Amino acid sequence: MLASLAALLSTTLRMATPLILASLGGMFSESSGVINIALEGIMLIGAFTAMAGSYFVGPWFGVLAAVIVGMLVALVHAIASITFRADQIVTATAINIFATGITGFLLRLIFGDAGQSPSVQDVGTWTLPGINKIPFIGDVIGTQIPFVYIALILVAVSYWVLFKTPFGLRLRSVGEHPAAADSVGINVFKMRYIAVIMSGFFAGLAGASLSVGLLDLFVKNMASGRGFIALAAMIFGKWTPHGALMAALLFGFADALQMLAQTLGLTFVPRQFLLMAPYILTILALAGVVGRSTPPAADGEPYIKEEV
Amino acid sequence: MTASNELAVEMKGITKRFPGVLANDNVDLQLKHGEIHALLGENGAGKTTLMNCLYGFLEADEGDIFINGEKVKVTNPNVAIAHGIGMVHQHFMLVPPFTVTENIVLGGEPSKNSMIDYKKARKEVEEISEQYGLQVDPDAKVQDISVGMQQRVEILKALYKGAEILILDEPTAVLTPQEVEELVSIMESLTDEGKSIIFITHKLKEVKAIADRVTVIRSGKWIDTIDTNSATTNELANMMVGREVILELEKEKAQPGEVVLEVEDLYAKNNRDLMALNGASFSVRRGEILGIAGVDGNGQTELTEVLTGLRKKESGTIKFKGREIKKPQTKRLFEEGISHVPEDRQRRGLVMDFSLYENLILGRHDRKPYASKFKMNYKTVKNEARRLIKDFDVRTPNEVVKAKSLSGGNQQKLIIAREFDREPDLLVAAQPTRGIDVGAIEYIHEKLVEQRNNNKAILLLSLELDEILSLSDRIAVIYEGEIVDILDVEDATEEKLGLMMAGAESEEVEGGNDVGR
Amino acid sequence: MVDKDISEKKANYLKSMKIFDYIIPILSVVAGLLVGAIFMKIIGADPIEAYKVLWSSSFGSMRGFSEMLVNTIPLIFTGLAVAFGFRIGLFNIGGDGQFLIAYLASAYIGFLFQLPMYFHLPLAVLAGILAGGVWGGFAGYLKATLGVHEVITTIMMNYIALYFVGYMASGPLKAQGGLPATPKIFDSAKLPRLMTGLRLHWGIFLAIGAAILIYYILWKTPLGYEVRATGQNSDAAEFGGINVAKNLMLAMFISGALAGLAGTSQALGLEYRAYQPFGFIGYGFTGIAVALVGKSHPLGVVLGALLFGVLARGAMMMQSMVGVPKEVVQIIQASIIIFVASEYIFKYLVRKWRERKGDVIDAS
Repeated sequence: MLASLAALLSTTLRMATPLILASLGGMFSESSGVINIALEGIMLIGAFTAMAGSYFVGPWFGVLAAVIVGMLVALVHAIASITFRADQIVTATAINIFATGITGFLLRLIFGDAGQSPSVQDVGTWTLPGINKIPFIGDVIGTQIPFVYIALILVAVSYWVLFKTPFGLRLRSVGEHPAAADSVGINVFKMRYIAVIMSGFFAGLAGASLSVGLLDLFVKNMASGRGFIALAAMIFGKWTPHGALMAALLFGFADALQMLAQTLGLTFVPRQFLLMAPYILTILALAGVVGRSTPPAADGEPYIKEEV
Repeated sequence: MTASNELAVEMKGITKRFPGVLANDNVDLQLKHGEIHALLGENGAGKTTLMNCLYGFLEADEGDIFINGEKVKVTNPNVAIAHGIGMVHQHFMLVPPFTVTENIVLGGEPSKNSMIDYKKARKEVEEISEQYGLQVDPDAKVQDISVGMQQRVEILKALYKGAEILILDEPTAVLTPQEVEELVSIMESLTDEGKSIIFITHKLKEVKAIADRVTVIRSGKWIDTIDTNSATTNELANMMVGREVILELEKEKAQPGEVVLEVEDLYAKNNRDLMALNGASFSVRRGEILGIAGVDGNGQTELTEVLTGLRKKESGTIKFKGREIKKPQTKRLFEEGISHVPEDRQRRGLVMDFSLYENLILGRHDRKPYASKFKMNYKTVKNEARRLIKDFDVRTPNEVVKAKSLSGGNQQKLIIAREFDREPDLLVAAQPTRGIDVGAIEYIHEKLVEQRNNNKAILLLSLELDEILSLSDRIAVIYEGEIVDILDVEDATEEKLGLMMAGAESEEVEGGNDVGR
Repeated sequence: MVDKDISEKKANYLKSMKIFDYIIPILSVVAGLLVGAIFMKIIGADPIEAYKVLWSSSFGSMRGFSEMLVNTIPLIFTGLAVAFGFRIGLFNIGGDGQFLIAYLASAYIGFLFQLPMYFHLPLAVLAGILAGGVWGGFAGYLKATLGVHEVITTIMMNYIALYFVGYMASGPLKAQGGLPATPKIFDSAKLPRLMTGLRLHWGIFLAIGAAILIYYILWKTPLGYEVRATGQNSDAAEFGGINVAKNLMLAMFISGALAGLAGTSQALGLEYRAYQPFGFIGYGFTGIAVALVGKSHPLGVVLGALLFGVLARGAMMMQSMVGVPKEVVQIIQASIIIFVASEYIFKYLVRKWRERKGDVIDAS
C-alpha cells in the first residue's frame, strides 16, 4: 500500500515537472505585463528540438537546444507584442498554430513519419545519494529524472529573483505600473523582453522534459494542453513560484491518479473527469470559490510611450 | 554660443510632434539656479509635453537642451535623473501595491549580495524624509495612503535620486488651499537649499503667489518669459489665452424653487471596497446651482456615480422629485430626468471611436425616434445630430467624424449638447471644465447658468475652488465622504472653504485662527 | 474657425489611415504565402507549382470546389464567433470547445428520436446553438459578474469540453459496436446535400445567413449599437445606461452559438454522428485568423473563411502531388496572423514616411 502510494507520488512529481517549469515561465512573463499563452507552442517546439538534438548529438545537447530555440520563439512573441504592440493573445495563438505546423512539417521531413519520431536517448535518471535510502521518501524523490530536481531548484531561484532582488522589484513594477517604472529610468521594453525570453527558456525546458525526460521520443502534439495547464497552475498559484509549485503538484497528482487508474483498470471515476480536474479547479479559483486570483495590473497591456 | 552658466536649464527651440498635432513649436525656456519658475498655459497648450521632453519621457524632434550649461541629449529619464532632474507627475507615478520605501528606491535600490537591502533603504528614506520635513510612513503601501502623502512620496522619490532641478506638474490640483500653502513653503525651503523648480500650472493666482518668473506658452508656442511682479493677473490671462478674458462671471441672483433632489445619510464604497461616502446629506432645488467643493478623493466621484446609478449605495435615501429611488439604475434615472456630465469625458462620456451622431444618442439609443426594437433609425439620428452640433456650437467638419478627432473642448460641448438636450430636471455636472481651453470653459459656464435660469436644478462638483465660487448659489463642502457644511455663496471665502475642505466645521472656522489643522 | 480646421485635418488624417484596414490584410496574406514559399524552397519543392496545385485543388473541379466549401463552412461560423466577440471587446478563444459541445448536442438530438424533418432538423440545429451558446455564455457570465478574463476561461472550457465529449461519446452515449461514437442520426436531422455525389450541404446557407444576420445585428439594431459601444468603451456604455453585464453575457452566448453552429454542421451535415475527439480540429483557432484577416466584419469573415478553406483543401493535394508536407498550411496561417496582428508596424512606417514628407498638422 505504502509502496504504491510512493509510486503515485513519484509519478505526481514527474507529471508535475513540465507544468512547474512552464508555469514559472508564464509567471515571469506575466509579472512584467505580457500574457504568454504561447507556452503550449513553445513547449511543443522545445520537445521536438530536444528530441532532434538528442537524435543527432546527445540528450543534454538536445536540452540545451530546446532552451535556446524556446527563447528564440519567445523572442518572436516579444517583438510582435512589445515592439509592434500586437495583441498578445493573437500573437501567442499564431505561435501555437505555428508550433503544430513546424513540428509536424519537420517530423515528416526528417523522420518521414507523421505520427512520432524514432526512439532517442533520454537524459536518464539521477539518484540522490543518502536520500534514496530513506524509506518512502527515497522512493518518492530519491531517484528521479533530472528535470524534477532542476524544476524544484528553479522554483526556489525564481522566488529569490522575483521577491528579493532589484531585478525582481523592477520587473514587478513594470507589470503593475509601467509608466511609473519608466519615470524612474527603468527600461520597460527591455524588462519585458527579458521576461518574455525567460518564459521561452522555461517553456523550452518544459518541452525537453517531455521528449527526453518523461518519454524518449517526440509524439505529434505531445504538449497536449500542458502549456495551458501550466498557465492554469500559474493563475491557481496567484502568480508566485511557490503557489505555482503547489498548483502544479495538485494537477500532477490528478494526472498520476488518472494514469494509475488506467493501468490498474479502475473505473470508479472516468479518467476524463480526472483529466478535466485542473481546468475546472482553475475556473473555480478565478471565480473566487477557492481564493481569488488577481493578475498584475498592467497584464496584457502594451506600453505606449508616445501618447501623453 | 554656449548657454550661460547661471542657468540650471535652458531649452532652445523645442519642437515636438504627435500624429496629427504639433504639441510644441519652437519653445524656449530658461530656468535660473534657485528660482521657482512657473510654466503657464491653458490646458492642452503643451506644458506637460515640454517638461516630458526635459525629463526624457519624450524625445523632442528638434531643439537643444542645456543643463547647467552643458548640452545634453535627454533620451530617457535615466539621463535626466543622472543630470539631477526630478519630476513629480500630475498623475502620480507610484506602484500601488508597493510600499512607500519600495516606491522611493525603485530604480536605484540599495543592495547587498545582489539582494535589495531593505533595512538600508528604509533608513535612507527616513533620513531624507526628516531632512526635508516631508513626513511619510515608509512601510505603508501606497494604495493605502492619502493623496497628499502620495505627493510627498513623489517629491521624496525625486530627492532620493539626487534631484537638484524639480519639475512639479500641476501639484496643487489635489490639495486644499492650506495644503497648497504648505507645499509652497516646502518649495521655498527647497530653493533655499539651492534647488531650482519648474512649476506647471494653468492657475494665474498661483503664478503670482509662488513663482519668481513665468514662461507662458499658448497652442504649443512660446509667448513670453517675464518676472511675475511685472504683470497683473489680467495681463497674464491675456497672454495665456491670447485675447481679453472675463474672469468674473455675471449672473443674477438665484430664484430657487422646490427641492428636486434630496440626499440623506448616503453611504457608498469606492473601487477598493472602502467606505467613500460616509453619510452625506444635502438637497438641491430648482433654479439653483449647488456646488460641491472638496479635495480630490473625498467621495465626489462616488457621489456622482451613486446619483447616476453607476455605483450602488450601501445605505441612505435618495429622493428625486419627492419620490424615493430605492434602486438607482442609470437607465431609469435618465428617464426620470437626471442628466450627467461625467468627470472623465474620454473614459465615461464618449465612445471615442464612435461617430459624433452615434455619441449624441448614447443613453437614448434604444428609444423612439432613434430606434425601434430591432431597427436603428440612423437617418433621424443624423438629422438630430446636425441640429445639436449647430445649436451647441460644436466645431466639426460634419457629424460623421469620430469623437476622437475633436479637441477636448469640443468633445465636452458634444457631451453638454447631449445631456442638456434631454431637458433634465437635475443636471449633475462633474468637473465640467477639466482640461479644456478657456473659450470652451466660458461657453460651458454660460450654459450652466442658463440652465439654472431655466429653472433646472444643478449639482456642480468641481476641484477648482474658483469655479465653485463663481458659479454656485450655495456651496457644500465634502470631506471624507461627509458634507461638512453648506454655505450661501455670499458667506463663503476661499480661506474658509479651504479649512472646511480639510475637515473643519464652519463654526470652528468662524471661531478663531488656531483651528483646522 | 481655427478649431474647425484642426479637427478637419485630424479627421482627414484618421480617414486617410483607414485605408490600411483593407490593405493590411491583403499584404499579410501575400506575406504569409511568401513565408510558405520559403519553407517549400528550403525543402527543395517548387512553390509556384505547389500554389498552382493549391489553386486547382479548389477551383479545378466541381468536387474540389465542393470540398473547399465544406472546409469553409465551419470557418465562417468560428470566424463570425471570434469577430462578434471582438466587437464587444471579448476574445473568444474557446471556439473549439463550443464546437465540440454543440457537435455532441446536435448529434444527440439527431439520434434520440425520429421526427418530421421540418421539425427535427431545426430542433437539432437549435440544440447546437443552445449548447454552444451556454458553453460560451458561461465565460461571459464569469467575465460580467466577476471580471474573470474570458481568454483563460474559454481555454479551460475547451479542454473540459474535449474530455466531456470524449467521455459521453465513448461512454453513456456510445453506440453498439467497437467505434467510440454515438449512434447515427436519423435522416430527418441531416442537413441535406446540395448535389448527389458531393459533400457540400445546406450548412453553407446557414453560414451565409449567419453572416448576414450578424451584419444586420451589429449595424442596424439597438443591440448592435450597445455591443459596439460596450466593445469600444464599456465605461461610456455603462454611463449611457447600457447594461454592460447583460450585453457581455449575451454577446458571449451569441459568439458561442456561432461557434457551436460549426459543430452542428459537422455533425448534421458531414459525419451524421459524434465521434470521440482525440484532439481539437482547430476550427476555433483558425476562426481567430479568419476574424483577423476579415477585420471582424462579416463580409471580411466570409472572404477570410474562403481563403483558409482553400488552404485547408489544398494542403493534402500539395503533399501528395508536390511533396510539400501539409503542415506548411499551418505555418502559412500562423504567419498571416502575426502579420495582421502587427499592423502597428505598417501604420508606424507610413506615419514616419508621411512626417518626413512634411505632412504634419499644425496645432495653431
